[in-house]
Amino acid sequence: MALVEVKGVSKRFGGLTAVSGVDLAVEAGEVHCLIGPNGAGKSTLFKLIVGLYPPTEGSIWFDTVDITAERPYARVQRGMSIKMQAPSVFKELPVRQNIQTALQERLSGAARIAEEDRLLTLLNLGPDSEKLAGALSHGQQQWLEIGMALALKPQLLLLDEPTAGMSPEETFRTGELIKSFNAEGMTVLVVEHDMAFVRQVAQRVTVLHLGKIFARGNLESILQDEKVAEIYLGKTHAH
Amino acid sequence: MFKLLEGPQTLGRGKIFWSCFLTVLAGAPAYPLFADSYDVGNFAYFLIWIFMALGLCLMWGYGGMLSFGQTLFFGIAGYGYGVLAINMGGGTATIAALALSVVLAMIAAGILGYFMIWGGINGIFFGIVTLSATLVLAFFLGQTAGPEWHIGPARLNGFNGMKGMDPLTVGDFYIEGSALYYVMIALIVIVYLALRMLVNSGIGNVIVATRENPQRAEMLGYDVRKYQLLTFVIGSGLAGLSGALYTSWGQFITPSSIGLPAAAMPIVWVAFSGRSDLTATLVGSFLLLFGFQTITVYSQQAALVLMGALLLATVMLAPQGFVLGIGKFAADWWSGRRRRGAGAVMMEAGRLRSEES
Repeated sequence: MALVEVKGVSKRFGGLTAVSGVDLAVEAGEVHCLIGPNGAGKSTLFKLIVGLYPPTEGSIWFDTVDITAERPYARVQRGMSIKMQAPSVFKELPVRQNIQTALQERLSGAARIAEEDRLLTLLNLGPDSEKLAGALSHGQQQWLEIGMALALKPQLLLLDEPTAGMSPEETFRTGELIKSFNAEGMTVLVVEHDMAFVRQVAQRVTVLHLGKIFARGNLESILQDEKVAEIYLGKTHAH
Repeated sequence: MFKLLEGPQTLGRGKIFWSCFLTVLAGAPAYPLFADSYDVGNFAYFLIWIFMALGLCLMWGYGGMLSFGQTLFFGIAGYGYGVLAINMGGGTATIAALALSVVLAMIAAGILGYFMIWGGINGIFFGIVTLSATLVLAFFLGQTAGPEWHIGPARLNGFNGMKGMDPLTVGDFYIEGSALYYVMIALIVIVYLALRMLVNSGIGNVIVATRENPQRAEMLGYDVRKYQLLTFVIGSGLAGLSGALYTSWGQFITPSSIGLPAAAMPIVWVAFSGRSDLTATLVGSFLLLFGFQTITVYSQQAALVLMGALLLATVMLAPQGFVLGIGKFAADWWSGRRRRGAGAVMMEAGRLRSEES
């Protein structure tokens, strides 16, 4: 069953069509990767799903409910959670308070503090928990934002380039974390450029190009698709 | 619940801070015993303005909403108190007039805030709209000199201002002089502690998070508009409390207490003190009001020039506020001395810890 369905969605900014007639279904319990060259419309599609942009055309459904007109906070309350492309944390607040703000609606008292500690340890942020979030490195801020997204215990986790600015080791660890969340039943939709990371986590892949769906299927079929190689690497390299 | 009195959103924690607080609190009731009644009345007068400063601190420092129009709500409640007290016949009804006039200011803030916040007005435009509304009210009240401008027996009186209302009264007892001073002290303690608990609660977390990054706060499932409106209504209600108490204290109110110079004053108090902390605002506003009143006796112009100079000095030298800066410096010095004694020096990121709780 599809947890998220994007039906005929387009988004135009003045004369620029960033997303055009996209249909996408993310099945419950899968890790679905959205790939494509720069400017393909991946981040715009993410923002449409989470409600930061209203679509020009089409509709968005979550768990069989039409959420097209809902504001972002209402979608989050339904069970979505997003990590944005650029780190989006509360920079002037301590790391622990960032996590606490995300957790406080779900847990309270000792249970909340225990969950804060668990997430901080999981994300290697335990020693930095009293630092201001703005004092963390770029990679650590990425981790913190992932932690805030996870703190909501979402049904659907949307990750926009979660490994940008991370070392190969950190990237691998992020992949393993995503797989462990997925094993617990969380559906994950990831935008990513790093193909090694996509290989590590993806169960299904959708390729976006010039705002349209270019290809979709399992990872192997996508990797063997010469047209996908062309748009990623250029014709010369594809052959 | 009392755990919320301390937290990451407020300076000052631990035994030393609360000992100082209780010492000041214990000493405050003694002041009328050795001061003359004129001085006590004056003291009560400038304590009246503390509520407006604390309200602006909540909105601007914690919520990130710079309202340049807090005297709008000061004026609504101030005139509201006058109209209600006159129409309700004075006496003990003045207590109800005080409460209703504050509610009136909060309703006005709710309506204005709804249109601004739901309309997406933020940043500098928030200040412009609130200032505009303030100037409109001041201008309107200024042209109500004619006898046709009355609400029941209460005449608005244009630039001359409204007068003739009773001060706060319980039975036959007028709350004036020392009695008003004690009421002020009690109200300030209640409001200060309640605001500390608010900003250190889960609601306070969201208010601060919204100031930092409203989009991220919304992406955590919070309807940030409701939290902004709540902050605006509470802050404006406190400005209204100042307005109603002001009218009760002097038994008059004029449009000049709403206009541009009056509207600028809370900004100066809070900016000078340190907008991001309630204690800094409480202490700094108290000192500024005391200084302003003292200088005003000799020259009001000089006092206004001093306020302007202090605002410029704050912007140039201590953008986070002088009182806050001095407080942090003292805390760093104190905690550094203690930790050197323990053989370890750790940097405290931006927060005062007079003593670990």
